[in-house]
Amino acid sequence: MTSDAPLAVQPIPRDTFARGVGRRTRDWGPAVAVFVLGIAAWEGLVRGLGVQRFLLPPLSDILRTFWDDRDTFIDAGIFTFKEALGGFVLGACTGVLVALVLARWRSLGAAVMPYAIAANAIPIIAFAPITNNWFGLLSPASKVAIAAVICFFPVMVNTLRGLTSVRLQQIELMRSYAAGEVDVFRRVRIPNALPYLFSALKVATVLAMIGAIVGDYFGGSQEALGILIRRSAGIFAFEAAWAAILVASVLGIAFYAAVALVERLTMGWHASARGRS
Amino acid sequence: MNENRIVVELRDVTKEFGRGGVTALRGIGLQVGAGEFVTLIGPSGCGKSTLLRVIGDLIEPTAGEVVVNGKSAHQARRERDYGIVFQDAVLYDWRTVAKNIALPLEMLGWDRRRRSERVRRMLELVELTGFEDHHPWQLSGGMQQRVSIARALAFDPPLLLMDEPFGALDEMTRERLNMELLRIWEASGSTVVFVTHSISEAVFLSTRVVVMSPRPGRITGVVDIDLPQPRVAETREQPRFFELVTAVRDRLRAGGAEAGEASEQELIAVEEGL
Amino acid sequence: MLRRAIVFVAVLAGLVALWEGFKAAAEAVDLTWPFVVDDRTLPHVHDIVGALFEPSRTNGPLLIDVLGEQALFTAKEAAVGFTLGASVGFVIAVVLVHSNLLQRGFLPYIVASQTVPILAVAPMVVVWLGGRGLPGWFSVSVIAAYLTFFPVTINALRGLQSADPRALELMHSYAAGRWAVLWKLRVPAAMPFLFAAFKISATASVVGAIIGELPASIQDGLGGAILNFNQYYASAPTRLWATNLVAAFLGVCFFLAVLAGERLVVRRAPEHVA
Repeated sequence: MTSDAPLAVQPIPRDTFARGVGRRTRDWGPAVAVFVLGIAAWEGLVRGLGVQRFLLPPLSDILRTFWDDRDTFIDAGIFTFKEALGGFVLGACTGVLVALVLARWRSLGAAVMPYAIAANAIPIIAFAPITNNWFGLLSPASKVAIAAVICFFPVMVNTLRGLTSVRLQQIELMRSYAAGEVDVFRRVRIPNALPYLFSALKVATVLAMIGAIVGDYFGGSQEALGILIRRSAGIFAFEAAWAAILVASVLGIAFYAAVALVERLTMGWHASARGRS
Repeated sequence: MNENRIVVELRDVTKEFGRGGVTALRGIGLQVGAGEFVTLIGPSGCGKSTLLRVIGDLIEPTAGEVVVNGKSAHQARRERDYGIVFQDAVLYDWRTVAKNIALPLEMLGWDRRRRSERVRRMLELVELTGFEDHHPWQLSGGMQQRVSIARALAFDPPLLLMDEPFGALDEMTRERLNMELLRIWEASGSTVVFVTHSISEAVFLSTRVVVMSPRPGRITGVVDIDLPQPRVAETREQPRFFELVTAVRDRLRAGGAEAGEASEQELIAVEEGL
Repeated sequence: MLRRAIVFVAVLAGLVALWEGFKAAAEAVDLTWPFVVDDRTLPHVHDIVGALFEPSRTNGPLLIDVLGEQALFTAKEAAVGFTLGASVGFVIAVVLVHSNLLQRGFLPYIVASQTVPILAVAPMVVVWLGGRGLPGWFSVSVIAAYLTFFPVTINALRGLQSADPRALELMHSYAAGRWAVLWKLRVPAAMPFLFAAFKISATASVVGAIIGELPASIQDGLGGAILNFNQYYASAPTRLWATNLVAAFLGVCFFLAVLAGERLVVRRAPEHVA
């Protein structure tokens, strides 16, 4: 930050189509290459080295098993995804609300913070059998509850940090406008917290899916993905088990990507500010 | 403009911070008349930034009276009688330059047409016409500060408080912005209370320089700057300029060495951040 | 120090009061939503604590002794998993920080790896490692390591890249080789990020160890205890709750251990927050 001349101003980037394509290839090319190599390695190594088929069947077998029975897999996936989504929404909303309250009444927040951080260290998943007992083994509510509690803490802690890590001068500026607390929240704290919130939400998508599936291991409805995996593994139908695992993974990635997309749309300014300058 | 009106009056203002018993200000008495350009200068820890914030009702004094524009400091803040500029431009990345300048106007409830008209005039004032739709990160430091000044003046306050606004900029940009600030000051007719570290900047800009010293923070001298107005680049080369710079420097030396650098800023942060 | 202890006890007492209060109120009005509240679904706090000091089998050792041993078993799995995962994660980060190409190639898959429900893959891991003559608990450590490596990789990468470009330039002016730059600059700069990851990973390793025991059918750890007491929940609900208490305690202990490590290793300026 030195000279004041207009020439020092950063130009608004104007991408030509070719430049855009070139940049995208450079960004994603390596990942695509690794993907292709990975698939080839999977097929080649498994068949070539004769890795025990029941441990890691070739990808083609897994995909075929999936396709043959795709309705079952897809239905199970959707069932579990709904549990994860429910937990995600519940946990994230509660987390944001509590963070807003704790940011507004700072002394309460300061007192509670260490305990919230410690609570985050508790293996929540150990409570899965208890929620099963509360809501019934087969009810999706038990998995929703676990997923919600798992999502709550990271979202709450991160949002709170985002709401409070505002620079003093921004608050002073607002005070010089005789702004009330609501205005300070609306115009400064909340926009400042958005990057932190989205970071936590992305993590929460993965946690919610895992929570829902692991919850199944303590017992769950026959329609759930976790149960499907367990059952398939139990009867040594490993292609089916892996197919279900792939479904879970794809759903998790899609969930994460959806949140990342929302982040891009909401906070285009932040990404450009960080990436390009 | 009423030449004899007092815009800022401080009577025996004292500020002690927290339980540590650090006396940031003791017995400050100061009067600033309408249209003046008063600079507070002193080593780190002398209380100048604290004093500025006391005037702006961002910090409450432990004792003493503060009258701004004929009202209590608190009332003056409620009625938005001043604009403030920090060393950091404190612009919002998610708003364009135009929307950044419009921020106080939005909060005052101005309608869109009135806002855009005023924003246009402010951009002309700080010579940034054409940059309305840029974002802060696309501008140089000096330009960001100009936006910050435009925002501070957007609602035409009678008083302008500035806390080392050019401290982060290089010498050449600084000198250029000094000239611009004087031009803006004349054009807007506001009163300015300015805080700086730089003796030459203080002498160049002000009608009066108030010298402070630390431990405890107090005023140790006032130097009237009788250089002709309007100031021009050549003013810096006049013999009288050097005489005044020396006078201020002598006063500073007499006042004592600096207190710990971090102390004043940290104390302010703790006090205001609660 | 005393004050903090008092606050801790007060918070604990408050939580117990909330628990018992909710229980009493829900039972008084026969609440059925969100779930039926009675001694089976929500036992009294004193009953849960009491269960710890009773034998779990007739003429057997106290529950707390049994759980203590199982907790130690799980702790061992988690500690090994944590060390393994953190080391692997760190090495991956070091490799990726030196090659943008590898970063762009592999990072998406590293992120995607966490969407694979490792628990589902666990039985395969157990069989595979068992076939190589490794003890069952080691498979659990591998699962714990899987959950541990990811936060460490991501944060270590960010930390290693966070070095000030000017500090890097200084290093290059000393003609420092890549190894020196890594150990004298990047790694120290990455410490705060690493410890942030360790705090997450500490919990993740405990979680991984507990759930890893399930498909491996390991009885000696807390996972086995949970499964066991889940089966007998109807007759002795307090034991499952007591097990959860011990599991929570284990998680918090790991976390505090990382905090202690951080205190010793990392010293940085406090953030100013408002």
